[in-house]
Amino acid sequence: MEANKVTARRPGLAGRIFSTDHRAIARQYFFLSLSAVVLGTVLSLIMRFHLVRPMAQVGWFARVWPIGASGGVMTPELYLSLLTLHGTIMVFFVLTLAPLSAFGNLVLPEQLGAKSMAFPRLNAFSFWITAFSFALLLASCGVAGGGPLSGWTAYPPLSAVGPIAGPGEGTGQTLWFFSIGVFCLGALLTSINVIATVLDQRGPGMTLMRMPLTCWGWFSTAVLSLLSFPVLFAAGMLILLDRLGGTSFFLPAGMLVADEKIARAGGSPLLWQNLFWFFGHPEVYIAILPGMGIVSHVLATFSRKPVFGYRAMVTAMFAISFLGMLLWGHHMFVSGLSPYSAIAFSFLTMAIGVPSAVKTFNWIATAWGGKLRLTTAMLFALGFVSIFVTGGLSGLFLAQPEIDAYFHDTYFVVAHFHLIMGMAALFGIFAATFYWFPLMFGKRLNERLGKLHFYLTFAGAYATFLPMHFAGFAGNPRRFADFTTFDFLQPLMPLQRWITHAAYFLAAAQLVFLWNVFHSMWRGQTATGNVWESTSLEWSSGEPREVRCGPYEFSGEKKDYRMQNE
Amino acid sequence: MLFGLILLVLTLAGCLLFAVPPSWFPPSISIEGLVWDSQFSRTMWICGAIFVCAQLLLAWTVFRGKTRRTEGSGSHGHRGLELGWIAATGALFLTLAVLGSRGWARVSTGTAGKEVIDVYAHQFAFNFRYAGPDGIFGHTGIEFINDAEGNPAGLDPGDPAAKDDIVTANLRIPAGRDVLLRLHSRDVIHDFFVRELRTKQDIVPGMEIPLEVRVEKPGSYEIVCAELCGLGHSQMRSLLIVMPPAEYDQWKQTR
Repeated sequence: MEANKVTARRPGLAGRIFSTDHRAIARQYFFLSLSAVVLGTVLSLIMRFHLVRPMAQVGWFARVWPIGASGGVMTPELYLSLLTLHGTIMVFFVLTLAPLSAFGNLVLPEQLGAKSMAFPRLNAFSFWITAFSFALLLASCGVAGGGPLSGWTAYPPLSAVGPIAGPGEGTGQTLWFFSIGVFCLGALLTSINVIATVLDQRGPGMTLMRMPLTCWGWFSTAVLSLLSFPVLFAAGMLILLDRLGGTSFFLPAGMLVADEKIARAGGSPLLWQNLFWFFGHPEVYIAILPGMGIVSHVLATFSRKPVFGYRAMVTAMFAISFLGMLLWGHHMFVSGLSPYSAIAFSFLTMAIGVPSAVKTFNWIATAWGGKLRLTTAMLFALGFVSIFVTGGLSGLFLAQPEIDAYFHDTYFVVAHFHLIMGMAALFGIFAATFYWFPLMFGKRLNERLGKLHFYLTFAGAYATFLPMHFAGFAGNPRRFADFTTFDFLQPLMPLQRWITHAAYFLAAAQLVFLWNVFHSMWRGQTATGNVWESTSLEWSSGEPREVRCGPYEFSGEKKDYRMQNE
Repeated sequence: MLFGLILLVLTLAGCLLFAVPPSWFPPSISIEGLVWDSQFSRTMWICGAIFVCAQLLLAWTVFRGKTRRTEGSGSHGHRGLELGWIAATGALFLTLAVLGSRGWARVSTGTAGKEVIDVYAHQFAFNFRYAGPDGIFGHTGIEFINDAEGNPAGLDPGDPAAKDDIVTANLRIPAGRDVLLRLHSRDVIHDFFVRELRTKQDIVPGMEIPLEVRVEKPGSYEIVCAELCGLGHSQMRSLLIVMPPAEYDQWKQTR
């Protein structure tokens, strides 16, 4: 109701741009994430190119980065700032925004039978400060000294002592922390909105246990965001105080950086790691939980079968969320943290494998024995399961402190999180895009192109990230601007070249997707009504409003499903 | 159908790549390294088995789901099955955690009977300090640090015990003896990583972190900084030179 009033008062262009309609905001988030993922991917390609041809002279490098690549040869500091930007963009502006803010906004109120999000104006505000945060991030790379080079984890003292630690560690790093701070506020407000919507705005008859698993995915994600983003915000403020206010939360006594004595005392670099990973580990689940919900929903819809073990799926999501907040220390096995704590974090990490395995088994059991409709969305959901298993298994190595001591900060870790966090979450986003495109734009995506895109992406993802484990086996460190200094890295160059070419292939396959999105948006087949013969309310006409059954009523009769409000 | 086939090919390729690997790993040079190797291959076998089963099950589900003519059942789940796989995975992961924590012997047992060496890291180099003939580590301070004049460890010129301390750019250790490395950083976080030891340890400013090593096999191995420390990170390299004990003692005397 509130939403309509606001929109009605301000019609016209401004009303549309600063819309409080949840579908409009969803589209805004979708396009913000899409721009971010395009930029992030281009950055990764430039990085992969540089890794295999570090001395190459590229004309346009010199034009884009007159200081970082004068003469066309990329400097290590430029490489590291691209690496930082790539990680920050992908983690925050793609994997956090697209699953929850874009698709949650689009679908959640509809599936709940709510009229809108609980706080429509807050929702618009969240989007616009998030967009501002993205602008700040881009600005951090355009200032004198260039972008920060401390990675998306921004470990102090490197990130806290200012420009003496390296180029980009001045204004660039400061702006980076401001950007992340603003992003935290946006994410926090979104999470409050989602939680309030789920708890307070459900339509008549929509009990919690009648919610589609997608809603549970967004709900558990919002709870995790609510608990973890404030910690990152606080940590970011403390480090800004260290940088600008002369405090020493993260700086110990007796430091000498680039021959300059640092007159601080009493801080601890490990404090940042504790705070950062207290956010950073839940962040992994913030990226993947919505995908889990989407995959469950899509698998059931196109297997024409109920979700196997609905209650267990809900419980597993909350078990994952709860445990996910208790195992940040597995990022710190070799950090200098007490060796005793490593054992506790190791067992907790292994424990989270159990609900994850339950989900995997239940997904397979959902599809098992069904008469499958292999739409593009379904293929991406099945691909998600495959990649989730593969990426999850390398976690069993990294969960053991002893094994991790070798693999920590090598390409094994890079392969692990690009599969489980990057690719798996991305497959969830693709499934969501194909499934809900009719809801977003009133058009269908082209299925033929969609399937082509799926097969190329699936093959490309494995071709890129499976061999990357071998570089990790050989102890190849990550975050190296080039592989020229160490003897042991030379025999790995053919492998690195393979990975680079596979990454080119994977990125090229995404052009099919981009074409599909923009072409279908304007020229696509018009879609109305219950396109996929689904059961949830976003596909109903809205009448009757009363929900009478659970979300996954499929049976073997002629019309094999029952909508929730039927 | 196509998807099922691709999964099949993927599983076979995965098995081939991981089961018949070229020797990606450098040979281990310590007991801990050998323990690591066996725990790694144990984990590999378990993960490999799960990988094959899960991918093939998925492939078969798709294959069957595409060829089947009748509609699926409306089953909402099966409590027994679910409890079964909770118990199975729980037991498996717990076993792995127990086995994996056996090799984690990080708690330092003190300096007694060990060759003690100080490791100093800074952007972007390692240095190593030995007590010298008197067996005493002299006083150091950051105010004395001068890389250009060959005092990267900050030895106090006023302390007689520091006069005979040996500071080097490569790490020499005796084979077959317990060595205690005390890791220090003066600026940002670095890392001490030797692949052949199968371990690494961050070097954190403000902390002195012990790392115990014992190498049986003489040879020369690369020391890598494995924590992002700035623009020269990928060039931060040193050598671990493991010498026969007699040769090592002689080297220390003649320095």
